[in-house]
Amino acid sequence: MTPFRTPAGGRIDRGKPIRFTFDGMAYTGQAGDTLASALLANGVHLVGRSFKYHRPRGIVAAGAEEPNALVTVDRGGGREVPNLRATQVEIYEGLTAISQNRWPSLKRDLGAVNDLLSPLFPAGFYYKTFKWPRSFWAKVYEPAIRRSAGLGRAPKAPDPDRYAQLYAHCDVLVIGGGPTGIAAALAAAEAGARVILCDEQPEFGGSLLHDPGATIDGKAATEWIAESLAALGRRDAVVLPRTTGFGYFAHNFVGLAERITDHLAAPGARQPRERLWQVRAKEVVLAAGAIERPLAFPQNDRPGIMLAEAARTYLNRYGVRPGTRAVVITDGDSAYRAALDLAAAGIAIAAIADTRAAPPGPLVDAARAAGIVVHPATTIIGTEGRRRVHSARLAPVGGGPEDHVSCDLILMSGGWTPAVHLFSQSRGKLRYDEALGAFVPGTSAQRERSAGGCRGTYELDACIGEGHAAGREAAAAARRSPAVSATVSGDAPAAPLPGGERSSQPGDAERGRDVAGEGALPRRKIPKRAFVDFQNDVTVKDLALALREGFRSIEHVKRYTTTGMATDQGKTSNMTALEFVATSLGKAVPAVGTTTFRQPYTPVTFGVIAGAARGDLFEPVRRTPIHSWAAENGAVFEDVGLWKRAWYFPKAGEDMHEAVARECRAVREGAGIFDASTLGKIEVVGPDAAEFMNRLYTNAWTKLEPGRCRYGLMLTEAGFIMDDGVVGRLAPDRFHVTTTTGGAPRVLHHMEDYLQTEFPDLKVWLTSTTEQWAVIAVQGPKARDVIVSLVDGIDIARDAMPHMSVRLGKVAGVPARLFRVSFTGELGFEINVPARHGRAVWEAVHAAGQAHGIAPYGTETMHVLRAEKGYIIVGQESDGTVIPADLGLDGMIGKTKPDFVGKRSLARPDMQLADRKQLVGLLATDPKVTLEEGAQVVEDPNAPVPMRMLGHVTSSYASAALGRSIALALVSGGRARKGMKLFVPALDGTAQEATVTDPVFYDPEGKRLDG
Amino acid sequence: MSRYSIFSLARNALSGHRNWPRQWRSPEPRREYDVVIVGAGGHGLATAYYLAKEHRIQSVAVLEKGWLGGGNTGRNTTIIRSNYLQDESAAIYEHALKLWEGLSAELNYNVMYSPRGVMMLAHSVHDNQVLKRHIYANRLNGIDNEWLSPEEAKRFCPPLNIGRNIRYPVTGAALQRRGGTARHDAVAWGYARGADGMGVDIIENCEVTGLRRGADGAVTGCDTTRGFIGAKKVAVVAAGHTSVVMAMAGVRMPIESYPLQALVSEPVKPVFPCVVMSNSVHAYISQSDKGELVIGAGTDAYVSYSQNGGLHVAEHTLDAICELFPEFRRMRMLRNWGGIVDVTPDRSPIIGLTPVAGLYVNCGWGTGGFKATPGSGHVFAATVARGEPHPIAAPFTLDRFRTGRLIDEAAAAAVAH
Amino acid sequence: MLIVPCPHCGDRPEIEFRYAGPAHIERAQRPAELSDEDWASYLYLRDNPKGLHFERWRHIHGCGRFFNAARDTVSDRFVASYKAGQKRPEIPR
Repeated sequence: MTPFRTPAGGRIDRGKPIRFTFDGMAYTGQAGDTLASALLANGVHLVGRSFKYHRPRGIVAAGAEEPNALVTVDRGGGREVPNLRATQVEIYEGLTAISQNRWPSLKRDLGAVNDLLSPLFPAGFYYKTFKWPRSFWAKVYEPAIRRSAGLGRAPKAPDPDRYAQLYAHCDVLVIGGGPTGIAAALAAAEAGARVILCDEQPEFGGSLLHDPGATIDGKAATEWIAESLAALGRRDAVVLPRTTGFGYFAHNFVGLAERITDHLAAPGARQPRERLWQVRAKEVVLAAGAIERPLAFPQNDRPGIMLAEAARTYLNRYGVRPGTRAVVITDGDSAYRAALDLAAAGIAIAAIADTRAAPPGPLVDAARAAGIVVHPATTIIGTEGRRRVHSARLAPVGGGPEDHVSCDLILMSGGWTPAVHLFSQSRGKLRYDEALGAFVPGTSAQRERSAGGCRGTYELDACIGEGHAAGREAAAAARRSPAVSATVSGDAPAAPLPGGERSSQPGDAERGRDVAGEGALPRRKIPKRAFVDFQNDVTVKDLALALREGFRSIEHVKRYTTTGMATDQGKTSNMTALEFVATSLGKAVPAVGTTTFRQPYTPVTFGVIAGAARGDLFEPVRRTPIHSWAAENGAVFEDVGLWKRAWYFPKAGEDMHEAVARECRAVREGAGIFDASTLGKIEVVGPDAAEFMNRLYTNAWTKLEPGRCRYGLMLTEAGFIMDDGVVGRLAPDRFHVTTTTGGAPRVLHHMEDYLQTEFPDLKVWLTSTTEQWAVIAVQGPKARDVIVSLVDGIDIARDAMPHMSVRLGKVAGVPARLFRVSFTGELGFEINVPARHGRAVWEAVHAAGQAHGIAPYGTETMHVLRAEKGYIIVGQESDGTVIPADLGLDGMIGKTKPDFVGKRSLARPDMQLADRKQLVGLLATDPKVTLEEGAQVVEDPNAPVPMRMLGHVTSSYASAALGRSIALALVSGGRARKGMKLFVPALDGTAQEATVTDPVFYDPEGKRLDG
Repeated sequence: MSRYSIFSLARNALSGHRNWPRQWRSPEPRREYDVVIVGAGGHGLATAYYLAKEHRIQSVAVLEKGWLGGGNTGRNTTIIRSNYLQDESAAIYEHALKLWEGLSAELNYNVMYSPRGVMMLAHSVHDNQVLKRHIYANRLNGIDNEWLSPEEAKRFCPPLNIGRNIRYPVTGAALQRRGGTARHDAVAWGYARGADGMGVDIIENCEVTGLRRGADGAVTGCDTTRGFIGAKKVAVVAAGHTSVVMAMAGVRMPIESYPLQALVSEPVKPVFPCVVMSNSVHAYISQSDKGELVIGAGTDAYVSYSQNGGLHVAEHTLDAICELFPEFRRMRMLRNWGGIVDVTPDRSPIIGLTPVAGLYVNCGWGTGGFKATPGSGHVFAATVARGEPHPIAAPFTLDRFRTGRLIDEAAAAAVAH
Repeated sequence: MLIVPCPHCGDRPEIEFRYAGPAHIERAQRPAELSDEDWASYLYLRDNPKGLHFERWRHIHGCGRFFNAARDTVSDRFVASYKAGQKRPEIPR
């Protein structure tokens, strides 16, 4: 049996030994042990090195508040986690844990030199130095600081584990499964509420688990726990062990993090490692308990010095003797319970040092009766023992003769801090309770209530009573419908914040002087090496230094010294720091305030918050009905928003450049087939449809005949181009509107906004039909020849169906809307068929086109062909700052319309300026050079930098049709610069010369459209 | 103000650090000042510093309703860069960056400015074009920015996932090497100590409750929770409360205030060498000198002064981080907080005069104010001192919303600040 | 995640909605008659109150309707919600 295990008792399974290693050494524990309890059972106290000074550190607590015992657990295969608290790691067969922040080993850590140099490293020392020479900060000092900072190491491989998430709703959520929480859950469930109960521990019972003598309703505590859980089970309550309530969000939305497999020796292959519960609870009961406070006496951080209740927990719950001879230092009663239990287990209690002058009560009497020496008005002024405490120096409070007491264990208890984290996160107001010396929940901001330790009630019967009442009340409140609050804040100026009060008005002479100066800080002796924040190595002296340097707000003290900012977020240090600051400033604790509690209560894995949104599920992929055909035919795809679009169709041996050149030639010389299904489509219907279109677009729609199309231009109310697309009028009251691929949702939202809230009297209905229509574009001089045999019920002859028209009929036997439109400048059609027929019709058209040399083409070719014609693409030739006149699109604006969205803004002064950037073409002097998109346009490339830029290249391609490169650009006063030579600097320092031209390069008269 | 150095640190070590002077005083407010600055955040304190240092105006009070640096200055993700697209933006952020480079020496306070490089990721052809446009514009504006292939990006930032088969593969990146991070609290404290040393009064726990104007409409001072404080000029630099304060002078602003969240992981040994930002997979990340991964993204969707946001926003951010850096999926979130950011219609700040004589405003920095701190303070001090905009501040007038001359950084749709 | 009270559908989670800015900002009947300053005021100036805020939401993953709500921007508590086109309700202090 391990040397420090008690012969019997505890909740571990003495029949199940478990082998594990720590820093390569093999140990045996029992099932139910944490790593901390198992190490203590083996007499191992040295478990870490402190952050800054690399002082040897031991286990201080027994739960989530542990500041020192941080380890890395590596299960192999990428399953590594640093910074775990040994007090929360459940051991399993084969567990491998290593300590952190030490080199080469825990016993002999070279970093300990920092401890010797510690006078050079007070709080905030780095702000005062490392500034010179200037280059040394980034090259020398900072890397050194970064190397010594950080605790564990980040995992080195991608995480192979999976994480689950779910949303849950309930009537009453109870956070905390100790006696209070169990009582609350039970009461709520018995009142008929749907209950969720969670606890961060693997077992329910909380403090009862280390209180073997406790009885509830005459039963042993463990019996009461088992019966209660069974009763909850019968009521279908959701009971979640190993689940931490970590975040309280607005409107009773609470985050719970459930740990599922970390404690298993062999997790199931299909089990998620953790699960995030996102709970919307009608009512919440907070039963989170309280955390014991350490005491800040000199040298209070040695291995073997721990919280009194933690020692009691190790003894009673885990069957571990944390030492053989203990000194207890306390300023309250609860440590006496620990002393008595330890004494009964055969641990010598050398002394109880009680800082109170006359400690009262039955526990003190019981201790004396058990033969334990109690020294009132006594404190500890120092300890010895670098890797394990071996003695304490006791002295009277206020000074006097010292007493050396040998011991290998020191129990400290500085009182209790109710765990008000979640209450505070819920934006409730805390209240300071003088008698308790602690902050407790005050006014609630949400539908919650606290019970038990987390509101300052520590006595068992009272806790159970409060739990019961809270659960009953919560269930009743859940039954009522939510009250709509009419309380509004922000009307009156905020009251002065704590710390800002001045009781009198200083006279004139005082103004400008530093009133709260040196004199305010009592010049008493500051204890040395009295640690407040163990993990960040912050001592009382550091706090005093911060105050001395003028940091008076508790937030400033915290940030300057970093107290409370470690991974334990100050659970065992915040109140000590606050009390010291208050005393030093001569203020009451509540006047100094408390720092803000933020979620999470304890750290939460990134992976469980990200959940299943990874890989293919990271974001939806949108594909057209024709996508599969393109994939089968070798298309390379590009991402356009959430869509996958065929970018080009390379034949064997072709690179992108060659493929695109071939596709372009095919379209201009014969026919090409293109999937335009991703374009947004909106059906605008109603008697006022044309009027609505008039108001939302720049164009005039009233006189557009049914059967005709128009290129529509849409502006924001600020006058900037927002979207564009061909619109077909099918009937006086029906428009088939198209938008850009990326813009569809935005355009529809914009339309609905105006329709519902600005023009509600217009009788118009809008329907998104983007996914309902597959769109097959056939472009090229042979386009008509390709489709004529497939079209039924429409005369598609040149004059019967002119350019920019739309007809209803059938294509390949499928009902279709057939548009004669062109984005290539060639004769073109766009066949709209119901999406489920998309691929079949595509294949029919493709087959019919074989005789005409039809080639599928992708978005790159589409871009080139339209650029040859000077057709703009919203988002490429425009970027949210461009108005119609900039692009030469003034002709799209209806002349007689009194108003449309964006019109008024076009009249603003900046919109009239002559030097606005305008769309032009750029032909590089070297026709083989393709200018880079995004490159800037300048007058003189040799001008000194910073130089004035005239604009930038928006689109640039090698044009097969023209046998040279072309580019479109936005250039300041561009239209007036036609014929001018400008320059486009490259990234390598050279610059290309280019001539400003008209933006239409190919068939400027548009004759080819007439085919 | 006594100087900080390794020598003073060693000297004080010998005397147990009992003799360090206060970094700034807590004076009672005087009856009147030449300039009252509302808001002791980084920008406000920097303004006070430069008013005293460069314009010899020492009759300055900085009023702070809470504790100095407690607003967005103490809550941001500390990213510094100047790779903005519009010429006007590039000018002011580059002005700031040049001041960052010498700031620790200037303030005799180590603000831990670390030019570790800011890398913006591209994930599509469109992203590539947008970033290239930034690179070209930056270079011609004298600002460093360079294009990296995905492989080069990974060499610069080894944890980056450049796999081709993820949802949004990295197609390239734009790197500004001089960009990086600094220690946000140190900037506030450094400017506070510097300004205080030159006689500026920093008055904490003093909330402005009204702005008084004389018969001619010009400002005469501030009503506060500590009494009336007279001022010849009032400069409002109160990010998160600009609308509230300006309303006291009857001025409506083109501003809406949103929650902006950020989070840190537990600290680990150095693993992330630079700053990485992505707009498509919306998130940005760096590693602080304490070892924490510092992560942020965009705002919550609705106007709020709560400094709280929804878990789903943090979720979305961490989705992105875990995809880009799959080794971090097992890292743990240590703390998640929020601030209030003032957003303007063109995502560019407002610096300068207002319709009220003697009232100046510096606001609207949205999600990107920290990086501008020294530059903003510097040009705003000049503006307030001279009564007319510093040339770099000039384009950022309130009046641009009337003329339509917006400086639209959001438009090219690339960058989360 | 907030619970947003849609006047048509009841209380629903925030991700079903899109925030749509302040409410009751009236677009002029004849914008052409407005000065540049007044037009800019309509486009850009906002109260942005710290306290009671009348605002619009759209239930995009639901009824698709725009509606109005009164919410306290400090506590994020919704005080009232009402249909588009309805008058701003009186909220007692």
